[in-house]
Order: sequence, then C-alpha cells, then structure tokens
Amino acid sequence: MAELRIQARELRPSLVPTAALSVMPFATVLLLAIVAQLVLAPWMVANHWDFQAKIGLDIATSIVLAVSLTMVNGFTGQFSIGHAAFMAVGAYASAMIVYYGSFRLLGNVNMNGGLVSSMIFEPARTAPILTLADGLFALSLIVGGLVAAICGYVVGLPSLRLKGDYLAIVTLGFGEIVRVLVQSQTTEVLSEGSSVTQEHLDSISAWSALTTDDTMMAEQIAKVPWYLWPRYTGGALGFGGLPSYTSLFWVVLAAGVTLVVAFRLKRSSFGRAFLSIREDEIAANSMGVNVTAYKVRAFVIAAFFAGIAGGLYAHTTGVQLKADELGFQKSFDIIIMVVLGGLGSISGASVAAIIVTILPELLRKPETLGDCWPWGLGLLVVGIAIAIGMHRAKRSAALGKALITTGAVALFLSAIALLAAHNKFDIGPYRMVLFAIALVAMMLLRPQGLFGVQEIWDRGLWREIFRKAPAKRGGPAA
Amino acid sequence: MVYHWPPVLETFLQTLMDGLAVGSLYALIALGYTMVYGILKFINFAHSDVFVLGAWLSYSIAVSGGLSADPATPITPWVWWAAGVSVGVAVLMQLYDRVVFDRLPIGARERLPAPGMGTTFTIVSVWGWIAIGLVLLARGIGEGSLPQSTARTVSGGVILIAAMAACGLVGFSLERAAYKPLRKAPRLNVLITAIGVSLLLQNAGQLDWMFGTRPQGMPTLLPDLTLATFGGDNGASPVKLQLIDVVGAGTAVVLMILLDILVFRTKLGRAMRAVSFNDRNASLMGIPVDQVISFTFVLGAVLAAAAGFLFGQKYSGLNQTAAPIWVLLGLKAFVAAVVGGIGNIRGAMLGGLLIGSAEMFAKRYQSPAIADIYVFVILILVLLFKPTGLLGTRLQEKV
Repeated sequence: MAELRIQARELRPSLVPTAALSVMPFATVLLLAIVAQLVLAPWMVANHWDFQAKIGLDIATSIVLAVSLTMVNGFTGQFSIGHAAFMAVGAYASAMIVYYGSFRLLGNVNMNGGLVSSMIFEPARTAPILTLADGLFALSLIVGGLVAAICGYVVGLPSLRLKGDYLAIVTLGFGEIVRVLVQSQTTEVLSEGSSVTQEHLDSISAWSALTTDDTMMAEQIAKVPWYLWPRYTGGALGFGGLPSYTSLFWVVLAAGVTLVVAFRLKRSSFGRAFLSIREDEIAANSMGVNVTAYKVRAFVIAAFFAGIAGGLYAHTTGVQLKADELGFQKSFDIIIMVVLGGLGSISGASVAAIIVTILPELLRKPETLGDCWPWGLGLLVVGIAIAIGMHRAKRSAALGKALITTGAVALFLSAIALLAAHNKFDIGPYRMVLFAIALVAMMLLRPQGLFGVQEIWDRGLWREIFRKAPAKRGGPAA
Repeated sequence: MVYHWPPVLETFLQTLMDGLAVGSLYALIALGYTMVYGILKFINFAHSDVFVLGAWLSYSIAVSGGLSADPATPITPWVWWAAGVSVGVAVLMQLYDRVVFDRLPIGARERLPAPGMGTTFTIVSVWGWIAIGLVLLARGIGEGSLPQSTARTVSGGVILIAAMAACGLVGFSLERAAYKPLRKAPRLNVLITAIGVSLLLQNAGQLDWMFGTRPQGMPTLLPDLTLATFGGDNGASPVKLQLIDVVGAGTAVVLMILLDILVFRTKLGRAMRAVSFNDRNASLMGIPVDQVISFTFVLGAVLAAAAGFLFGQKYSGLNQTAAPIWVLLGLKAFVAAVVGGIGNIRGAMLGGLLIGSAEMFAKRYQSPAIADIYVFVILILVLLFKPTGLLGTRLQEKV
C-alpha cells in the first residue's frame, strides 16, 4: 500500500509545470488584451474607425454570450431560452456598482478610467494606466457575474424536476420576470438635477428636492443605503449616465478567458459529464454522473459568464441600459448564434457570434457591402482553383468548397447591395427580413450549423488539405 | 332601506369580466400553440405573429373596403364582392378536389398538390356560404335603407371570415415551406426556424407595401353598446356588460366548441389525435400524416386570426407588427397553453381564462406594471408542482 502511494506520488505531475501550463493560456489572453488595447485601439481611433470599434466591442461581448450559452445548450443539452436574463442581472448589478460606487468613492460618474478602459485616446494619453475606477469596474464585472451565477443556481434548481421544453419555458418565464421587475422600478436614476421625491426616502431628512452639484449629489447618494440602489435603476426608461468603461482590453480579456475556460471545460472530466448528459441522461446517470448537480453547475457557470457579458454591455459606448433590450429576443439572438455555429462547437459559436453581429450592420450600410465584390470574386476564383487542384491530387476539396461557398455568398450579397444602390432602392427596411430569410435558409440547408458538433480544426479546413480524399466506391482503381 | 352592494363586489365582478374577455382571446391563441405542440412536439414561436397578421389583415381588409374608424362614414358595397369571391374560391377548390383531380393524367397528378385538403376547403366554402347568407340577410333588409350599424356589423363578419381564410393560407404555406422539410431534424433547429419565421413575419409586416411602421386604429364594427349595467348605486362605478365583450367571448366560445367537436367527435379529429399519439404508427394505419399536420397548422392559424380580429375590435389600436407588445401578448397566450397542459385542447381554454383573469386581477388590485410577473410566477409554480400543466397527463419516461 505504501509502495503504491509512493508510485502514485511519482506519477503525479509536479506542481510548478502544471501551474505554469494552466496559467499560460490566461497569460496569453492578458497579453492579447494588452496588445489590442495598446496597438489596435489607437490605430482604430487614428483612422476614425469609431463605428468599427463599437462593432468590435459588440462582437467580443457576443462571443462571451454565445460561448457561455454553448455550455448549457451545447455541452449539457439543456434548453435555455432565458440567457439574456442572466445578462440583464449582471448588467444591472454591474451598472449599480459602478454608478453608485463611483459617487461614493470618486464623487462623480465622469469617465475616471485609466488607459485600460478608454476607447478615446487623445485626452487620456496622460492618464495613468490603471485607476481606482478601473478597479471598481473590474470588481463590478465580477460581482455582476456572481449575482447572475446565483440566479443561475435558482433557475437551475427547477431542472431537478423538469426536462426539455418545460425547462426552456421556465427559463423563458424567469427572463420575463427579471425584465418586468426591472421595468416596474421607479424611472428615477439619482443623478445631477434629478428630483427625488420618493416617499420611502422621506426618512432621509437632508434630502433636497433638486441637486445640481456633484459633491452634493455624492453626499446625498451616500445616505441611500445600498439595498435601495436597485430601486433607482431607471425602470422602463433605462439606466442612463453610465460611464463607458468597456474597452478593447476588457472585452478581449473577457472573451479570451471565456474561450479558455470553455475549451478546458470541454476537455475535462467535468465537461465530459456535461457531454454525457447531453448524449443520454439515463445512461449518464447509470454511469455515476450526478445529473441534477451537473445540470445546475452548467447553469451556474454559464450564468456567470453571461453576467460578465452583461456588465460589459452596460458600459459600452452608446448603449442605454434598458431591460427591453435584454428581453427574450436577445436570448433568441444568442440561441441563434449557438445553433448557427453548431451545437457544442465553441469555435463555431464564436464564428456565428461574429457573423450574427456583423451581418445586420453590413446590411445597414449596403454601400460598404457593395464594395466587397472583388473579395468575393477573388475567394470564388481561388476556391475553384484549389478545388480543382485538390481534385487532381485526389485530396479532400473541403477548403476549396468552403472558399467557393464564402465567395459565392459574398458576391451574392454585394450584388444585391450594388443593384439596390444602382436603382436608388433603399435596402434598409429589408435588413431584418433578409436576416430572417438567411436564418431560415440556413436551418433548411445546413441543419447541423456551420461546424456541427466539432470545432473548426476538427472539421479540417486546413487539416484535410493534407489528407487524401476517401477513394470512391466502385470507381476505377487508381 | 335599500340594500347597497359593497363596491368591492362591483370591482371584483368587473375585473372578472375583463379577465374572461381577455382570457378568451388568450385561449384562442393558446389553442394554436397547443395543437401544434401536441402533434409535432415543438413550440411554434411564429404563432403569435400569425395572430398579429390576423389583426392587421382584418384592418387592411376593412380599410381597403372603405370602412373607416368613424362609424358615420358610409361603407362601399365591397362586402358583396368579398363574399362572392370567397364563395367562388371555395367552389373552385371543391371542383379541383372532387372533379378535376380524378380526371387528370397520372403524371400531372403527382406534380400537383394532393386533394387531401378537402376538409379545409369545405370549411372555407362553408364560411363563404355563411358570408353570403349574412349578405343576403343584409340585402333583404334593404340595400339602400340598411342601417349603417347593421351594415358595419355584417361587414365585420365578412372581414372575420376573410382574415381567417387568409391566415389559414399563410399557416399552410409556412408549414409546407419552413417546417415540413425539418420534420426529422433536431428540435432546436425547428425552434430556430420558427424564430426565423417569426422575425420574417414581424419585419415583413413593417415594410411600406405591407402594413407600415406606424400604429393604426382598427375601425370598430360593432356598435358601442352597453347591454346591461349592474350596481353603481353606492357611488362605485357600475359593472358594465359591453356588447363587444359578449360578442368576443361568444365567438371564442363558439369556435372552441366547434374545435372540441372537431377533435373529439369527427374522423379527422381522431386522425389528429392518432398523429399526436404516435405519428409513425398513425401513418401505418393509413392516416395521411402530412395532411393532418397541415390541417392542424391551418386550424391554429385560423383561430389566431379570429383572435386578432377580436383583439382589434376590443382595443382598436394596432401597433406595428414588430412591436414588443405583440410579442408579450403571444407569450402570455403561450403561457396559458403551458399552464393548461400543453398539447391538451381543453387545457388551453382553461389556461387562457385563468391567465387572463390573473392578469386583470393583478392589474386592478396591484399595479399594472407588475401584472405580468403574476402570469409568469403562475407559470413557474404550475410547472414546478404539476410539470405537465393543470390538465396534462403524466408521460411515462421511456428508456
């Protein structure tokens, strides 16, 4: 017995390399985030790519959302259609902490962030890299995630009793309850110039009816106990006046961490338990997987990341945090990403998140779309050449086919845009109609999603280039 | 001494009546959800958009027929035309079904649609006859001297029938184009397709040549009559029994009774129940599964259109098709279907009335802002304690 124990100790990998290995991806993500913030963001600002930068933030937030939903819908096979509710919970928790926390700690809600949370560089160049406000923002993201995770636990518990569609309906109901609760709060946000006449705040004697001064405001907000903050989140009008701390740094960091966690989860025994539940719940149960516990865990983990995405969303430039925007149509958007990418495929969900975020924006500005026909044509020609070459060499033509498809779709879209522009036809109102048609067509023509259950590299765009295509049955022997 | 009712009772009765009026609308929509779920086991999220389409179509038909929101404006005699066309279409369909199809060469028969939709067509033709009957009745009263209110009511009936027929056609096409190819696909795919179809209907409805992006007022076709008042002698506002509520709830109840008879008393209904129970075995028994499924979709769409028309009559303000208020309405109807036991037709009726009353009571006795919370809390509670709904049967878990 003692020998066995010694052997086991020798077999156990030593701590330092293991720790290094597990930290490495996160360090890489951090590095990437820093590079994005220090190189990409100033470049975008210098080129006046404000709109593109905004889309970039949206894309990264969508990736966090889609990948986190993949953990529930894709890995565990549980059908959640209330994912945006977790996002809303995280968004409001984070917004409250940043807004009222800023008043308490810094005295105002101006843009107090350092370089890491700034998308506008000219005035901020002299700013420190990290400030207290950045710390507050990071803290608010994590707390938002945790609050959402607690909600995930509460919603996950019903999955003790419910299966399939019924679980989906409960998640839908939860999402609506969150939305209605937020909307039924008072439309007041305590801010400069807001008149505060709430009867349950009458006990605060020093409260004045109208405040115009930051310091006075901060003093008064300091008198509002923290548990009353949720009352003042703007209700149906939306939570206005939030500082825009979401920058490329934070979104790249969040998306990277989510991706690393998702990939690790999929490879771990923990994640394999999720996958086994998806494949066959009863079989998984009989193999000793505590089905209920793992389902709830999947909900909690996914809700945590959705909450973080919510925090990022709330502090994005040009976003007015509103519960309406985070209703079940947002949940459907996230599901669309997950299914479009292929259920259970992390890279697929990310690619679909990019497509679903960009496509409506592209259709919004058809003239930019019309300009991309040379790219489509190029892709088509190169794809045909590669397909022919691969066919001659008796190798898989997967890459060629993928290029041809992409090129053809790009050509088709730019042709529509050019035709519309030529005929002075406003394509704007047809934007969502086209999107809906594309969605239905995708489901009819490729029901397994872009990449099926596999990752991009499993499907082998580039792996199959170097592998022979399977010989055709009944064909002449080569 | 005269006994006065306590005002509590009047508020209660009025709320109950409002609740039942709204609830019958919910029930009509919920029936479509529940029938499709019962047969295909999927949540047809595009159903609420068919309801919206029904409301907007009845608006378009009314306006293009010369009806305006102002009851004093005389109506043009388009009603005659509409009824004639509907009968003509019905007769043509019957001809195709019973006479033409059998005489076609086999090659052509394979390519043309099968004649199995005969029952639907019969129903369409019956509607047509009802319409023409109403028109003849109106004409009998006297073409020129027909009172405007009667004429408006008659045209209301025709609009209802026309909107139901059009939505039935839409439901049929949607099922054939979008859902039928996915019969064997994973359920999530079908759900995404339903969401896609829903997005399509919402956004296509907002195009300029469809219904536009502005809310419109539906012409009220029923006279604003109060049939009876009750109480109110002690200072409280009296309970009013409105004609529109009676007609709305009455139409809903009649349609539901017809549906119940159809599903539980006819051969077609037996076929529907058989497909719902096990579609593979049903097809082995010679039941044309595809046609039964199509028929179910048509039936659901028709009921949704009726609900849309009644909604327009009761509330008169129609928001643009992608407005969130429609989605919420459809969602509550869906909740009604689930609470009653999804897949169960009588459950959908019960659930609709329950959810409608709960919403109205919450609105009256608490704030309108959080009335919806009660709807969803009821949903979650029912699902937690009776996961298959109030009237649902427990399913055996199969390995």
